Amino acid sequence: MTEQRIPHIGCVAPNSEDEKRLRDIWEAEPGLKGKLGSVDHKVIGLRYIVTAFVFLILGGVEALIMRLQLARPDAGLVSPDAYNQLFSMHGVTMIFLYALPVLSGFSNYLWPLMLGTRDMAFPRLNALSYWLFLFAGLFLYAGFAFGHGANAGWFNYVPVSGPIFDPGPNIDIYALGMVLLGISTTVGAANFVVTLFRLRAPGMSLNRVPIIVWGTLTASVANLIVIPSVSLTFFLLWLDRNLGTHFFDTGAGGQALLWQHLFWVFGHPWVYVVVLPAMGIVSDALPTFCRRPLVGYAAVAMSTVATMIIGFEVWIHHMFATGLPPLVLAFFGAASLIIAIPSAITVFCWIATIWAGRPQFKVPFLFFASFVLLFVIGGVSGVMTAAVSLDWQLNETYFVVAHLHYVLLGINVFPVMGGVYYWFPKWTGHKTNEVLGRWAFGVLFTGFNLAFFPMHILGVLGMPRRIYTYAPGMGWSLLNLLVTLGAFLFALGVLIFLIDLLISARRGEPAGDNPWDAASLEWSMSSPPPAYNFRVIPIIASGHPLWEDRLNQSEQRSKLHEGFTLLEGRETLGTSPLDSEPNAILRMPGDHLAPFALGLAATVFFAALALHGWLWAGLALAACAATLIWWFWPPKAEKAPSDREAAHV
Amino acid sequence: MSEDLVLDKPLPVGNTGPRHTGLWGLWTLVLTEGSLFGYLIVSYLYLGVASGQTWPPHGPPDLLKPGISTTILLASSGVMMLVEHNLKRARIRSALGFLALTILMGAVFVAMQMHEWAHKGYGPWTHLYGSLYFTITGFHMAHVLAGLIVLATLFVWILMGRIRPDGPKPVTIGGLYWHFVDAVWIVVFSTLYLAPHLHG
Amino acid sequence: MPCASIRVIVSAKEGRRTFAAAQIAVMRHGAPLDYFSHVYGPVARSMQALGWTYTAICVGVCLVIIGLLMTAMMRRRGGGDRIVTESGPALTWVMIGSGVSTLILFGMAIYAFIALRAVAAPAKAPVTIAVTGYDWWWKADYGGVVVANELHIPTGVPVKIDLRSADVIHAFWVPQLAGKTQMIPGVTTHQWLQADRPGVYRGQCTQFCGEQHAHMAFEVVAQSPADYRAWLAAQAANAAAPSSALAQTGQHYFRSHCGGCHSVRGTEATGQHAPDLTHLMSRRELAAGLTPNTPDNLINWVEHAQDLKPGTRMPSFDLTPEQRTALKAYLTGLS
Ligand code: HEA
Ligand code: HEA
Ligand code: HEC
Ligand code: CUA
Ligand SMILES: [Cu+2]
Repeated sequence: MTEQRIPHIGCVAPNSEDEKRLRDIWEAEPGLKGKLGSVDHKVIGLRYIVTAFVFLILGGVEALIMRLQLARPDAGLVSPDAYNQLFSMHGVTMIFLYALPVLSGFSNYLWPLMLGTRDMAFPRLNALSYWLFLFAGLFLYAGFAFGHGANAGWFNYVPVSGPIFDPGPNIDIYALGMVLLGISTTVGAANFVVTLFRLRAPGMSLNRVPIIVWGTLTASVANLIVIPSVSLTFFLLWLDRNLGTHFFDTGAGGQALLWQHLFWVFGHPWVYVVVLPAMGIVSDALPTFCRRPLVGYAAVAMSTVATMIIGFEVWIHHMFATGLPPLVLAFFGAASLIIAIPSAITVFCWIATIWAGRPQFKVPFLFFASFVLLFVIGGVSGVMTAAVSLDWQLNETYFVVAHLHYVLLGINVFPVMGGVYYWFPKWTGHKTNEVLGRWAFGVLFTGFNLAFFPMHILGVLGMPRRIYTYAPGMGWSLLNLLVTLGAFLFALGVLIFLIDLLISARRGEPAGDNPWDAASLEWSMSSPPPAYNFRVIPIIASGHPLWEDRLNQSEQRSKLHEGFTLLEGRETLGTSPLDSEPNAILRMPGDHLAPFALGLAATVFFAALALHGWLWAGLALAACAATLIWWFWPPKAEKAPSDREAAHV
Repeated sequence: MSEDLVLDKPLPVGNTGPRHTGLWGLWTLVLTEGSLFGYLIVSYLYLGVASGQTWPPHGPPDLLKPGISTTILLASSGVMMLVEHNLKRARIRSALGFLALTILMGAVFVAMQMHEWAHKGYGPWTHLYGSLYFTITGFHMAHVLAGLIVLATLFVWILMGRIRPDGPKPVTIGGLYWHFVDAVWIVVFSTLYLAPHLHG
Repeated sequence: MPCASIRVIVSAKEGRRTFAAAQIAVMRHGAPLDYFSHVYGPVARSMQALGWTYTAICVGVCLVIIGLLMTAMMRRRGGGDRIVTESGPALTWVMIGSGVSTLILFGMAIYAFIALRAVAAPAKAPVTIAVTGYDWWWKADYGGVVVANELHIPTGVPVKIDLRSADVIHAFWVPQLAGKTQMIPGVTTHQWLQADRPGVYRGQCTQFCGEQHAHMAFEVVAQSPADYRAWLAAQAANAAAPSSALAQTGQHYFRSHCGGCHSVRGTEATGQHAPDLTHLMSRRELAAGLTPNTPDNLINWVEHAQDLKPGTRMPSFDLTPEQRTALKAYLTGLS
């Protein structure tokens, strides 16, 4: 029968033989293979974050060019077509290549450390997910570099993006890139879901996991359900454009509205996908600076899930102006108002945490506290657009642009920057510079509000979105100038932020294990964490393992230094889905080149489709299949049978 | 979980049991792929209603040959169960035999479906219905082909002795995928072939 | 209401003068698409009331949150650095806050619902106009009388607009009269407008429709019912015959170069894919709100359409000086 073992429970001292053994087992091989084949979730997580920030800068530079064009009426800085590509690529970049990937980075890095395990459930899938993300990003930008970027907006309505009105390669690249990126997101989501249900340390029951885990879990389940919708609709569009099918061909009975439904069925849940984990960052890190546990942990966790469940039922609020029957609109409008209730609960929990705590005004705290305000401003403008007949005015004006930036920057960029300041010491072992950090915050906050608040007013003055210029007599000139100034101020803030990080990464003060005196598990190991994460798999007794002595909520104490040693190989503990009782010793796969190869082959396949190189596409597809077989190839039979059952993913 | 965790029973080493991570992974795949087909079916129904066209334009499809191929595909799922059953009991030969049979039945399904495609008299570009018909059955066909590759790979691995009775999980997972592909076909078949007869 | 005093009376005869007055009205607005401080129809008014109420509530919510946040951060407390274990009544306050928010949200939902009912169902409309969106201009069909880029409506009555598209999705929006509705190819959507008083109201396409989405505007001229009828009768007439030899030369050129796209009723120019030019000079603006319709702008447009509106579906024409004067004479005669 299968091999069985009573796992050894004990200690592994730092610098002991055992510890060295762990290092040998878990550290990546040196050289190119170690780089391309690495499956270490920390490496992958940081790669995700850095890549996403590069895309943030790219998207930001595109925005700055747009702002220069719009700073005054009748400006001629860019051509209409260039402007259309700029705002489309800006939206695509920010929404798809920055907002979710950066959070995937955080979750990838943090999950195993927070949950008390040595890697993600499918380390190789994790690597694949990153490579596909990187390649899909490059793919989307390859078109842009040749002047063929997406040019029909991020939601890419048909028929303006169809074969007749947009015949160039622009939309083909966008469509295929989205399908490719969808695969990356899907495998990443699957990985998070399985990790949560399989790999939590003993005692890390569901009511003890950090909120970012709830956020990412909810987002991942949602992704599994809604990504197919957007991938499908882009694929159907690609068929229409290249094979002459008729899905969106209104001359042959195809429906332009089908696109809008399929897109927003995905699109609305997606906007929560890109904020729930970020809200989790705040829920987990804000309490550290309030010197108390989060008020209403259960309420926040439940609100996270509730937001997503209601979030599946509101997509039509993006389609209020399509002439659907008023009763339908009223229903979706009401659902969009109800979705504010879980948000309200969460907001009040954050405020209560500050209120009932002892705030320390450190740099991350500034980002988190201001986030609460920005969230509310962005949220209430969403509530205004949720009133159907009011939205018939606000829709497609700068009011919506204001809303989306307040929520996307307020609930994603601000928490992310706060999160970077918070976990930077863990990632690098260095503290950041408090003074530069405060400057960065001040400039970002001022620039942000200067750039995006006036957009509300532009919206009610009737300025439509996606216009490359406007006439002087429209009454928008002054406000647009302000917006542009704010945008550049914000960019300056980003620059200070980046400089701070670059300097601190080299010269920052040593951080120690737990510079903020925080409560959760990731602060229990050295900074940066060793390749194996935990010397022993800890045994958890509360949601605040590092504060237990001070909180003294019960007699029980987590065991962080005595636990499952698992020195036999690349192993970690498998536990039961709800109560996390140990029920298996999992063999984890090591570095492997297959994920990189598969990512490459898949990208070649999509590139061949874009270029109509059907032979190449066939070859690449065969290469994908071969790589997969290579990936899953079971090891030789001489070994212990269970070895062959090691997860290869 | 209490402070004094005592583990006196041994834990299985490696990925075994009903909570095999690979199985979990497959379930996430089923969720996402199931959604994909859900959106396809919804698109089919939506376009059928919204276009106001005769649906299907050539009248309800003939049921005889598709009925036969459907029966074969569904039966192959049953045969696939025997593969795992025999493998676990170390009856490698019969396992291989049944696996070969499953693959054969899948291949027959593919062949019959291709035959039907070739004799439809219209293509995906002819009209809206054609686009939907070929895309939906095409998506399913792609899944069947992927399933056949998986099954063929499993066949080779069993033959090479890399999958053995004490570690049949790859077969369980591959088999589950095959069942999923068949289950999807029931939905596709009901929508595309049976439903038009209800009001036709 | 800065423009309430300016009464705009438009009739076929008095066209020029009143247009100038209307121009002033538009300029006095400052922002011709502003729908929060200037509304002139019942639909827009309902939306305005809804908008201001929601704004007030939302600003109130933000102020409360700012107050709570500030107090939470600044309130004094002792006890040094130790970890706070007790929550006191914090969770109760969370529940109270959420409960109050829920009540407000329900109230807002009910108001939104009532407001929607008030504006969604078109009242029985005596006038129906079929408007079709084109890249990047508007065709309006008054039961056979086809005009472009400038709608006229009678004041005081609801006007039903049937919305269609000839190519991609556009959206029809006259913010000071009503909200917006998409024009979707293959589908007919509806919308209704009502203007309380005569005036010129600017409209704008708000759904991204390609390169010149920015320059897809139009105007709605609301007139007293009598003036409206007079206007319609004038538009129904065929084009005036060229009044000079020069204009006749221009017409020649027009027929061979422009007539494939444009139509001028009563002549051989019967193109359907460009604005009807039968009564071109009765319009205030050119090329969907791009520039005021003056003779110079007009001929400039014909020669430089691609520079003025890059990508527009009308080519720029290379005219010899003779052709220019002839064409100008012909076009400016299309009153
Ligand atoms: C980042 C993510 C994000 C988030 C979190 C939200 C949150 C919300 N959004 Fe937003 N939305 C976008 C991203 C997001 N949105 C984007 C990107 C678009 C534009 C897409 C495009 O067209 O390009 C968009 C567009 C959009 C529209 C379409 C507008 C249009 O095109 O015409 C609507 C309409 O209903 C809407 C509504 C809402 C609502 C009701 C919420 C709610 O979830 C907000 C709830 C939160 C609060 C309300 C604050 C906290 C609550 C309290 C403090 C309680 C007290 C409050 C009251 C009593 C009011 N959003
Ligand atoms: C997370 C999402 C996100 C973020 C962060 C931003 C950030 C910004 N956005 Fe964007 N935006 C969207 C999401 C986002 N946006 C979306 C979804 C749309 C809709 C698209 C559509 O309609 O299809 C949109 C549309 C949009 C428009 C409307 C365009 C139109 O309709 O015509 C405008 C106009 O002003 C705008 C502006 C800005 C500005 C000024 C920023 C600023 O915050 C940018 C700040 C600048 C930087 C972050 C760069 C800093 C970098 C440097 C200073 C470089 C120096 C350093 C090195 C070289 C190493 N955005
Ligand atoms: C290929 C088709 C085509 C041809 C040929 C063409 N036009 Fe046009 N024209 C258009 C289109 C399309 C528009 C609307 C452009 C817009 O607003 O974007 C237009 C707009 C105009 C307008 C402005 C109408 C308004 O109501 O604002 C005038 C005037 C005009 N054309 C005159 C001419 C003249 C004169 C010629 C010949 C010398 C000509 N056109 C030839 C397609 C054409
Ligand atoms: Cu038409 Cu925008
Ligand atoms: Cu939404």
